[in-house]
Amino acid sequence: MNEAIVRTHELYKSYYRDSLEIPVLHNINLDISQGQFVALMGPSGSGKTTLLNLIAGIDQPTSGTLAVAGEDISRLAEGDLAKWRARHIGFIFQFYNLLPVLTAFENVELPLLLTGLSRKERREHVEMALSIVGLADRMKHYPRQLSGGQEQRVAIARAIVSDPTLLLADEPTGDLDKTSAEEIMTLLTRLNKEFNKTIIVVTHDPRAADKAGVIRHLDKGELQ
Amino acid sequence: MKVLKLITRNAGRHKLRTYLTVLGLALAVMAFGLIRTFIDAWYAGARAAAPDRLVTRHAVSFTLPLPLAYKEQILQIEGVKDITYGTWFGGIYVDPRNFFPQFGVEPESFFRIYPEYLVPPDQMQDFVRDRRGAIAGQGLVDRFGWKVGDQITLIGTIYPGDWQFVIDGIYHGENPDVDETAFVFNYAYVEERMKQESPGRVGQIGWYVLRIDDPNNSSAIGAKVDARYDNSWAETKTETEKEFALSFIAMGDAIIIGLRVVSYLIIGVIFLVLANTMAMAARERISENAFMRTLGFRGYHLTGLILGESIFVAVLGGIVGMGLLSLVAKGVEIALSSYFPGFAVLPTTYILVVIIALTIATAASIFPVFRALRVKIVDGLRVVD
Repeated sequence: MNEAIVRTHELYKSYYRDSLEIPVLHNINLDISQGQFVALMGPSGSGKTTLLNLIAGIDQPTSGTLAVAGEDISRLAEGDLAKWRARHIGFIFQFYNLLPVLTAFENVELPLLLTGLSRKERREHVEMALSIVGLADRMKHYPRQLSGGQEQRVAIARAIVSDPTLLLADEPTGDLDKTSAEEIMTLLTRLNKEFNKTIIVVTHDPRAADKAGVIRHLDKGELQ
Repeated sequence: MKVLKLITRNAGRHKLRTYLTVLGLALAVMAFGLIRTFIDAWYAGARAAAPDRLVTRHAVSFTLPLPLAYKEQILQIEGVKDITYGTWFGGIYVDPRNFFPQFGVEPESFFRIYPEYLVPPDQMQDFVRDRRGAIAGQGLVDRFGWKVGDQITLIGTIYPGDWQFVIDGIYHGENPDVDETAFVFNYAYVEERMKQESPGRVGQIGWYVLRIDDPNNSSAIGAKVDARYDNSWAETKTETEKEFALSFIAMGDAIIIGLRVVSYLIIGVIFLVLANTMAMAARERISENAFMRTLGFRGYHLTGLILGESIFVAVLGGIVGMGLLSLVAKGVEIALSSYFPGFAVLPTTYILVVIIALTIATAASIFPVFRALRVKIVDGLRVVD
């Protein structure tokens, strides 16, 4: 539990709208250790999704350092960053982002196409991931044939199938009813406890945040 | 295989749109192919021309006759190995709409100089012996249901009166470029009758065809022939058979240019149809492409998917279009056999269609690829489908 998987130092991010600089994150210093389950909370516009995107390597900081999984990702070029993401990041989105033309199995298999795994190995990994999220019997179903909660579980299976270093979830229960939201948070807790997955969840739902071991608040771009 | 599956399924997301795009492409490909085939058919005569044959005609106009007396004189010119002549007859068979080319010729020399017109020897013998004999192309025979031994009557226009002929033989082309719709007969038959009905027209023919010893000397030999008749009452113009055919084709230059312009416009239409479909697909998948990049897919992966989808739709349209083209071309070939003998889609047209389809597919995917790669991942993820 001591090794820092995520370490930020004086992390600063701003956007430009026309010539106007809009600061989003101010000098964030954050350490997240291996195996932690962290909830990032805060009101809309507080910068929590921006921080998550920076940690995921899909956005670049304006200044400061950002080391994730032992690598200063703020210095990586786009191509290297893409490879790095495929190896280290499992991302769960609010709206699932499943490809509608692929079955649950094929959606989960998608990240594995970037690996050198054989077809048989891919199948084994996908079946394992789907069984972990309790959807082994829905492998051949298309997203339109699944409920919202099931779609999010497929998305979680896709996020864990390549055994990434870090699981990042952006409002994973934001589009779900209470029961489904509860199931998803229980599943993430299980992944943290049973599989020692490091998880960062962005949420503004206190009940969801309660499942996390650590809750950090962001307000106006500053970590409280 | 997974990538191929994703490409085909992406193409099938909006089935109606894809079907309409494929249909649009197919119709455009068919129209383009038909126009190309018309142009090719137009040039078929030039393609069939032999390099060792020259055509000598009246220098002023093809419609003016030349003296038959030139025949032996031209044969004396160095480099000329053989000679025959022909005359346009322009008769009507039953109805003016039943047009087909009819030539009065010298039987033996004509088939000697045109060995690509294949006639069975026994039929050839009958034709040479029979003053009223005629040889018809297989296409013509098929069109009118004629057979060897049939008697037919042509109503003369250039040579007035009813003219009876006996079909002594049927010729086949040695290759597909040979016109099989011609009707040739012994010009001596016309001469005999002209002696009685119009003596002033006796001893005149339409043109000469010369076989020369060396195609490389065609210009020099042609110049010698024409020099021989400088300042005579019937000056000549001699050119290669190909030049002669092209000079005929040049009469329809405006039509050919028009057809070419239309064919280029069709290529533009094909491009717009496909580009529109691909642009719509790109717009709908901004978020999806951003998500794929989040997973670690890189620019060339997305480029492959978008380009692959564009090629898939274009190739599908091309295949359907080529199928339609071959069917329609067959129908046109039957319907217009007398005007466009040898109307058939050339392999080069199919190859051209494939090249155009692939080029257009690539061009149509440039904007969607650019758009997919230009959008920042975080901006793309914000777009809700």
